[in-house]
Amino acid sequence: MPLFEAKNVVKQFGSFTALDNVSISVPAQCIYGLLGPNGAGKTTLIRIINQITGPDSGELFINGKKLTPDDVQFIGYLPEERGLYKKMKVGEQALYLAQLKGLSKTEAMKRLKYWFRKLDIVDWWGKKVEELSKGMQQKVQFITTILHEPLLIIFDEPFTGFDPVNTNTIKNEILFLRERGATIIFSTHNMGSVEELCDNITLINKAKTILEGSVDEIRKQWAGNEYDLTLKGDVRLQGNNHFSVLDQKSEDGKTSVRIKTADKVSTNDILNFTMRSGEIIAFNPALPSMNEIFIRVVESRN
Amino acid sequence: MSKISVIIKREYITRVRKKSFIIMTILAPILMAAIIILPTVFMMSDKDKDFKKIAVIEDGSDLFRNVIPNTKDAEYVYLENADINELKKNFEAKGYYGILYISPELVNIPNAIQLISKQTPPIGLIDHISGSLEKEIERQKLLAYNIQNLDDILKNINTQVSVQTIKIDDTGKVKETSTGIAMAMAYIGGFLMYMLVFLFGSQVMRGVIEEKTSRVVEVIVSSVKPVQLMMGKIIGIALVGLTQFMIWVILTLGVVTFVRSTVLKKTDITEIPQTIPQSIMTENQLPGATAEASAAEINPQLAEFSKIFESAMNQEWLLIILAFIFYFITGYLLYASVFAAIGSAVDNETETQQFMMPVTIPIILGLMVAVGTMQNPESSIAFWCSIIPLTSPIVMIARIPFGVPLWQLLLSMGLMIITFLAFVWMAAKVYRTGILMYGKKTSWKEIWKWLKYSA
Repeated sequence: MPLFEAKNVVKQFGSFTALDNVSISVPAQCIYGLLGPNGAGKTTLIRIINQITGPDSGELFINGKKLTPDDVQFIGYLPEERGLYKKMKVGEQALYLAQLKGLSKTEAMKRLKYWFRKLDIVDWWGKKVEELSKGMQQKVQFITTILHEPLLIIFDEPFTGFDPVNTNTIKNEILFLRERGATIIFSTHNMGSVEELCDNITLINKAKTILEGSVDEIRKQWAGNEYDLTLKGDVRLQGNNHFSVLDQKSEDGKTSVRIKTADKVSTNDILNFTMRSGEIIAFNPALPSMNEIFIRVVESRN
Repeated sequence: MSKISVIIKREYITRVRKKSFIIMTILAPILMAAIIILPTVFMMSDKDKDFKKIAVIEDGSDLFRNVIPNTKDAEYVYLENADINELKKNFEAKGYYGILYISPELVNIPNAIQLISKQTPPIGLIDHISGSLEKEIERQKLLAYNIQNLDDILKNINTQVSVQTIKIDDTGKVKETSTGIAMAMAYIGGFLMYMLVFLFGSQVMRGVIEEKTSRVVEVIVSSVKPVQLMMGKIIGIALVGLTQFMIWVILTLGVVTFVRSTVLKKTDITEIPQTIPQSIMTENQLPGATAEASAAEINPQLAEFSKIFESAMNQEWLLIILAFIFYFITGYLLYASVFAAIGSAVDNETETQQFMMPVTIPIILGLMVAVGTMQNPESSIAFWCSIIPLTSPIVMIARIPFGVPLWQLLLSMGLMIITFLAFVWMAAKVYRTGILMYGKKTSWKEIWKWLKYSA
């Protein structure tokens, strides 16, 4: 049973359709990428999941049960447009946001201490938010998002404003949360982190779902007939009627070649040919990056 | 603790702890007290400086010897056989402010009298002189009729009239009222409403804008409903307003009482007898009048206060207070929710201008009608404005002390409840959409569209 499901969600603003019959199904303990170009409807879907707005039609389920207003306590949300009260002190503010999620003051205090120590921002507890750097504020926001130990966590561009060190820290925390049982919806334009983190994705364009499935499956699907071949030594490979060479370069005593096979040619035939040119170290289907897939899918639709 | 109370608490505490709040709360009563007290202090210091000695010269008779009584401001010295021309040259050197020259023709020719001075004399002084002389001429003319026991008759006919206003209701119950008290209530009520709506309504608006520009709002509305956030803010700020108002009332009363009881009382009692020599007082005034006058002088405020207090007690207090609370709450909620909606629709404070006008007009209109109400509580404009919900909180409060038929009150309240609920509901719809809209300049048309969006 998926932890979260949205079925046939439709949302209109006046004559503008923000979501047109969109469905997603998020398995438990999965990191689920919600992708799409700007203005595709991602934020609207996320707001509907958070019950900030309601759908015109369609149904939402969490743990198999219909989503109710009380379920906000099981959801954590780090919006893309995020901020804190500038004049308020960090600690007070974190306590406030935790209480709004239904935590008692003492429980919130206990958990905040743990997380502030873990992310190394204890010294900032009594400071005003406006005195904090952007990355520091992001850490506070991250903590307030996950403090009530939500089943479903929604991160919208969680890494903007972080330096590489902190990006890595947060990445590890996200993986740690998943380890502990949380399910994560992850919305970003950074396709590198999608490949790195996401198990499944949905790609929304112009209010409609245009691609969905597991990241690995999708990349295999889009791989086409391309393979990456690595040979020992400095070799030059020639294409023939079985395959063509798309790209090749030699360095450090190895040669990497990207080839494209002709239709109905088996990989064994390719290997037969190429092994004559030198010793094969590696042979892999060339998976397109999510970035390429994203651009190709979206552009083909436009 | 429920979520809305968490919000109310934050809104309240962050504002009450602000330095600007503390400073305003403490400074305002001092300023208010200063406004109340300073005129009195100025008047008293004026009196010390401008005490006037006036030479009274009568040309060839002594009909008006000592008829002008001395006052706190002036002493009248009757000079016999003085040469007016001589005195004109050196009256200042002799310490006189001016010369009052009375011609014997005065009884027949009313303007045969001159006050000669270097400066333009104050109105009060002239009134005092002409009043005293009129009385004396009247007395002397009466004397000419040779009426027996004239003094007794005069004493007997000397009557002071003060109109008592009695309100009678349908059951025939009679109540003494005071128009003064009604006016004061109307003023205070109308002004309070105006202040609460504007001062704290615009605080609500700024709070909403702050949440929107700092982008904290989306995090919060993922935990609570937008309408909860809006109402929490409105209620929290109302409590801040009430706290501030209560402190102001208490501190202002405290400061005024303190100053009255220490500084002013001392001068009242000690300084006046010093400036007016005892001898002149007893010589020139009837002993009875002196005693009466000084008694009234020492305790005029007390007497006045007890009169006001008595009359105030006769107002229908319960009705006034309940109506006040009712209009206060509904009026504030109505306007504050509109302010919240405006705040949600804009990206910064400068953009609020175009939406402020329609909100300001009914409030200003209400205040103007409320002031007019005091002259004529029964006028039709007062009636309509006390029924129509946008102005009724101010105008009805101003009308109630003068007496309002029950059906009008109920109609006004009923309309108020319906309207306030409708406004809060509409404001919540606009707010819900507005807080999440960035970067677009909002128009009325846009807001109209938001009203039609489903949740």
